[in-house]
Amino acid sequence: MNIVVLVKQVPDTESLVQIAADGVSIRKDDVKWIMNPYDELAVEEALRIREAKGGGVTVVSCGGPKAQETLRTALAMGADKAVHIQDPAAEGADALGTARILAAALKAMPFDLILCGQRGVDEDNVQVGPAVAERLGIPHLSFVIKVELLDGRVRGHRVVEGGTVVVEAPLPALLTTQRGLNDPRYASLPGIMKAKKKPLEVKTLADLGVDPATVGAAGRKVVVRALKLPPARQAVRMIAGETPEAVAAELVRVLHEEAKLI
Amino acid sequence: MAEGIVAVTEQRDGTFRKVSYEVASEGRRLADALGTTLTAVVMGSGVDPLAAEIQQYGPDRVLALDHPELADYRVEAYTEALAQALAGDPPALILIGATVQGKDLAARFAARRDAGLAMDCTAIELRDGAFVFTRPMFGGKILAEVTIPEAPRIAAVRPNVLRIERRPAQAAVAKPALALQGIPTAVVEKRMDTSGRIELTEADIIVSGGRGTGGNFAPLEELAAALGAAVGASRSAVDEGWRKHADQVGQTGKVVSPTLYVACGISGAIQHLAGMSSSKVIVAINKDPEAPIFAKADYGVVGDIFQILPKVTEAVKALKG
Repeated sequence: MNIVVLVKQVPDTESLVQIAADGVSIRKDDVKWIMNPYDELAVEEALRIREAKGGGVTVVSCGGPKAQETLRTALAMGADKAVHIQDPAAEGADALGTARILAAALKAMPFDLILCGQRGVDEDNVQVGPAVAERLGIPHLSFVIKVELLDGRVRGHRVVEGGTVVVEAPLPALLTTQRGLNDPRYASLPGIMKAKKKPLEVKTLADLGVDPATVGAAGRKVVVRALKLPPARQAVRMIAGETPEAVAAELVRVLHEEAKLI
Repeated sequence: MAEGIVAVTEQRDGTFRKVSYEVASEGRRLADALGTTLTAVVMGSGVDPLAAEIQQYGPDRVLALDHPELADYRVEAYTEALAQALAGDPPALILIGATVQGKDLAARFAARRDAGLAMDCTAIELRDGAFVFTRPMFGGKILAEVTIPEAPRIAAVRPNVLRIERRPAQAAVAKPALALQGIPTAVVEKRMDTSGRIELTEADIIVSGGRGTGGNFAPLEELAAALGAAVGASRSAVDEGWRKHADQVGQTGKVVSPTLYVACGISGAIQHLAGMSSSKVIVAINKDPEAPIFAKADYGVVGDIFQILPKVTEAVKALKG
């Protein structure tokens, strides 16, 4: 079974995000970068499937030079090889552009199953996985918390509002991962040492036969006009009282009479 | 600009999800502002009652995509049906609710049409005749204003944000023939929670608990029952195994926008604050007066949730009689 995992490097969710001087991008200096947490689930699941069924796990990322750290992390977790699509013309791609690039890379490699996070926790587009599947003409199952491989088919347990729906698709298929699927392993020290020797191939858009005009900042269908911080709230109003009863009564009073919410 | 607004509704088992009324109402407002028409799309198998019901929200036309293959949602069938029904000149804007299903369908359909998609919008404005979409990124730490210069344009709108407006209309219902053969996927099982719990992303009020609950959510559940609220949790409460992943609010969980968010024993990690900061009013109850949550709250109570919450529940019950 050939499994390909699509990964992305994103700012740590525990960090604040600052707007850059251009007003349409975020400050990238002084940011701690991590593997997108949903992609960690995808890497872990790929490793578990390989451990159970055999095969190989290839991780693919499209990003600047730093994205290689995330690929090395995936290799240290246990992936077999990595492909890094690095090209200045790919920078600033929107979700469709990124999907176009990733799909072109996938067309040049064998795959039975593609896994990726349900969304990147940076731009929150929730779009790349389904768009890659569409461009490859294969089915996709999104938001899965359980994966079952049958003969030539895959079952994904999809989380929807208020329940779970189990959907079956023929392979090859793409699955996007949701929290609850697994607990990703940490890279071990020997794993980190081994990762340094694992193959990591760097490719450009030309290598993939992708027209730079259709991707990157030039090919954006969605144009960012401005980034803003959410409006600040007024200072908190503390509610105090002699007893819990008094505090509770005052809280319910303000929510009822002033905020008119209950 | 291309003509017409299309609002794609969502139903499950013959009942509209609330976001359907939100996209139809927003579609009506935008169509009026542009002096153009609104088409409401209803999808499923046996959707006549829904095609009638959606006319309460003011469409000029209803497009009923009615086919046995659309009985259960499968993205390939829904994408194909939508692509067939909306073939030809693209409308000015296609609206869809950013639910799990809506996000999935919008993403695949956008790729099919090579269309710009503004995912999970919280506002749509017209400026100088162009749509400007506001969409939170980084779980709500940043708000982006984006445009989509060329049609087709798709906006997936966050549930629970846009105003519902009833505007009864008499609309013509069109039922185009659909060719849906060879759909490769099959729904093999549905396990739905039938307890009537309120979905977090659709709830008007959320009572949420963190590490300070010590795993005891009973007082939160009781307050939520009294308020008709949903119960959420911080990442630490989920990591401890006290609550299900589906209950998690934050940048790596659900991003929510209720009118009232009651944070109980939640200190306020950055990734949690991101996921609930678009709530209209935030109440924080925490033992630690230095907890970061108070900087994001409108009302704060320093105290023990186990002493205070039961009294709040009593006061709410007394108020509601």
